[in-house]
Amino acid sequence: MDLYIRPDYEVVRNTDRCIACRVCERQCANEVHTFDPETGKMRADESKCVNCHRCVSLCPTHALKIVKTDNTYRENANWSAQTINEVYRQANTGGVLLSSMGNPKPFPVFWDKMLLNASQVTNPPIDPLREPMETQLWLGKRTAKIERDEKGLLKDTLAPQLKLSVPILFSAMSYGSISYNAHESLARAAEELGTYYNTGEGGLHRDFYRYGKNTIVQVASGRFGVHKEYLETAAAIEIKMGQGAKPGIGGHLPGAKISADVSETRMIPQGVDAISPAPHHDIYSIEDLKQLVDSLKEATEHKKPIIVKIAAVHNAAAIASGIARSGADIIAIDGFRGGTGAAPTRIRDNVGIPIEMALAQIDARLRDEGIRDEVSILVGGSIRSSADVVKAIALGADACYIGTAALLALGCHLCRSCHTGKCNWGIATQRPDLVKRLNPDLAYKRLVNLVSAWKHEIEEIMGGMGINSLEALRGNRLMLRGIGLTDTELRLLGIRYAGESL
Amino acid sequence: MLQREGEIRNPSGCAVTGVIDRSGKKMTGESMIEAIAVMHDRSNGLGGGFAGYGIYPHYKDFYAFHLFYETQKAQEETEAFIRRHFEIVYSSEIQTRKLPTVKNEPVIFRYFLAPLPRKLANSHLDEREYVARCVIRINAETTGAYVFSSGKNMGIFKGVGYPEDIGRFYRLEEYEGYAWTCHGRYPTNTPGWWGGAHPFGLLDLSVVHNGEISSYDANRRYMEMFGYRCTLQTDTEVITYIVDYLHRRKGLTLQEVSRVIAASFWSTIARKEEPARSQETLLRRMFPSLLVTGPFSIIVGFEGGLLALGDRLKLRSMVCAEKGDKAYISSEESAIRKIEPSLDKIYAPAGGEPVIYELYGRRS
Repeated sequence: MDLYIRPDYEVVRNTDRCIACRVCERQCANEVHTFDPETGKMRADESKCVNCHRCVSLCPTHALKIVKTDNTYRENANWSAQTINEVYRQANTGGVLLSSMGNPKPFPVFWDKMLLNASQVTNPPIDPLREPMETQLWLGKRTAKIERDEKGLLKDTLAPQLKLSVPILFSAMSYGSISYNAHESLARAAEELGTYYNTGEGGLHRDFYRYGKNTIVQVASGRFGVHKEYLETAAAIEIKMGQGAKPGIGGHLPGAKISADVSETRMIPQGVDAISPAPHHDIYSIEDLKQLVDSLKEATEHKKPIIVKIAAVHNAAAIASGIARSGADIIAIDGFRGGTGAAPTRIRDNVGIPIEMALAQIDARLRDEGIRDEVSILVGGSIRSSADVVKAIALGADACYIGTAALLALGCHLCRSCHTGKCNWGIATQRPDLVKRLNPDLAYKRLVNLVSAWKHEIEEIMGGMGINSLEALRGNRLMLRGIGLTDTELRLLGIRYAGESL
Repeated sequence: MLQREGEIRNPSGCAVTGVIDRSGKKMTGESMIEAIAVMHDRSNGLGGGFAGYGIYPHYKDFYAFHLFYETQKAQEETEAFIRRHFEIVYSSEIQTRKLPTVKNEPVIFRYFLAPLPRKLANSHLDEREYVARCVIRINAETTGAYVFSSGKNMGIFKGVGYPEDIGRFYRLEEYEGYAWTCHGRYPTNTPGWWGGAHPFGLLDLSVVHNGEISSYDANRRYMEMFGYRCTLQTDTEVITYIVDYLHRRKGLTLQEVSRVIAASFWSTIARKEEPARSQETLLRRMFPSLLVTGPFSIIVGFEGGLLALGDRLKLRSMVCAEKGDKAYISSEESAIRKIEPSLDKIYAPAGGEPVIYELYGRRS
């Protein structure tokens, strides 16, 4: 046990209820719970507890709860307990602090400072239970030339596009960072929902090639698992330039998570940390990006849209403009709250900008330059609900990536310990005994439920605004009003304040 | 103080009517005035207007600009601009009739113009694009001046008042055209000035519109990528620009334009026969941001014809009728019956179904 750091949480066991069945002991990969044969009672070492609620959820007698400890340092507004503990931890090890999932700090969430419109009198709301309501859309370039055949019919001169039946895709999460069963659940859900999941930078397991038409494959700086068949199997290819949780640095998959299967899929050695470089070493500038875009298009005979994913950083609008002129079909922007399987804590918590600002600025910039049709815009990091989706589309997005919300649907409890590889819910782990806890037959259905529920809500919200197609919502910023925002924030978001009339 | 048109978005309810004699025979504006007067209650006295086609046969080769001027300075600036870009073939104040019900009229001028050949050649623009850009520039940049009509052999006449009063104010019984449209407005804000009345026009295109579209800002922000500037913030303005962009600049037929603006639902398209299915799918994929949602019924006037189109849910009334060579379009049947009690045919087109009436022998 650490001499300096006291646990943040306490495991509270109601001894009247506990029957010492030892379920908690078996369920906890962190080995918090032990059985004391002498007393016949369960014990807990909370210094190992990550507060993932696996034991709480599975305790048959509801004898367990995890509470925030009231053990406290001398209070100090500048030096919080967490800050102090992080200093202790680094003094212990000399290491970089690692974290998982998205930035948990109390930065403003602009989604929660935007309000939506609804129709009254002058224009009727539309009832989605009685009228058609369209959530279908196409992603990709829309810069088509009007050409006609000899009969005068329009020729299809469009670049390849992706068809979606909902404006929601599962964002990049690699096999390795998450489990086989998690990947299978995402793939099956994407297929049933008529949308796409994303392999992340971990390659594509052979078993999942059958979901290819609902798969976006990633080409990242480490080029893990990238080969001809991988590219050809996919519906679209995403070049990962950056990630919202860790802009400016590469990926890091701990060796502990690199099983034989992961090793084969990624085409890397087993058990050795997989560290992808911060930059693509063939892309040091925008003209290099264009070459990679063109290479991937050539490799796949110009049949697949190319996505370029960037982290939302200060100069995102200008970067996006460059990408829109690079031949890419879709830009994916990942906000600073986006999740990750592992990132240096300081990077995750201090680098990047909110997705709302990046999106508003990128959409406006592309329109100012007259090149909004060159690309579709995908946003993620973090989209938490259907309301966030609607607001994102009204700000100018074409569709949204969800990662954290999808993991929550699979059972994730946001304990933010993915990097330890000991996910008790069978999601962010490669340990076979843990992986099997996630049943894809049930888990994929939970994903389908989540997205279907959001779809219904999106339809209700759109109908209220008198809009019956996503196309008429995209970039429709008059449907948004700000609340609790400064003039600068309103200007950057390109919206008016609540109470300002049409 | 109330903001004026263009500073606020101003949704409005309305009445629209149109008539065309497909044999090209001329009629005066009087019947349109009679028709719109029947629908008096659909307007609220805050805007009315007319568009007549074929009304300037003696000047049919010149662009007829109609302008509102609020100040002498605006007129001087604008005329200097016009002289830099056009040869003024003829100009004069538009003759009007003083009426107690029509108040606060601006100075209203008419010019027949031909682009200066050298200026046009240097611009590397097609002639109509050159003219359109000049119109947009005056309207966006000159305070107190507004070009409200800019086509050849057609003219828009509009103002603040009930449409029947506006028609008499402009002495429309003295004009003869083969097609007319008119509009009575029920804005939800007081517009206060005349530029905001309808029809809205660009080149020979004129649009009268009844409804309030929910896609407005999506459409506006898209159109502004292509040099259009929505200075009035009205639905009619952005719809006019959409039709101009798709028809004149992209070369779509009016049928195709209708399939973009009032696209069939994906589920409907899936049930259609080829080639309609693939053509309509393609149009929606090419121009998704130009889908117009929310209630609207519009009559688009163009050289040689009229197009009637309603939103795909048919949230606004629209009736079409025919009698001999004449074809009628109206918000309400009563307006048609008023001017032609016995009709050969009368029907209500389905939502999103375009109806195009053209001069015989013309193909849009």
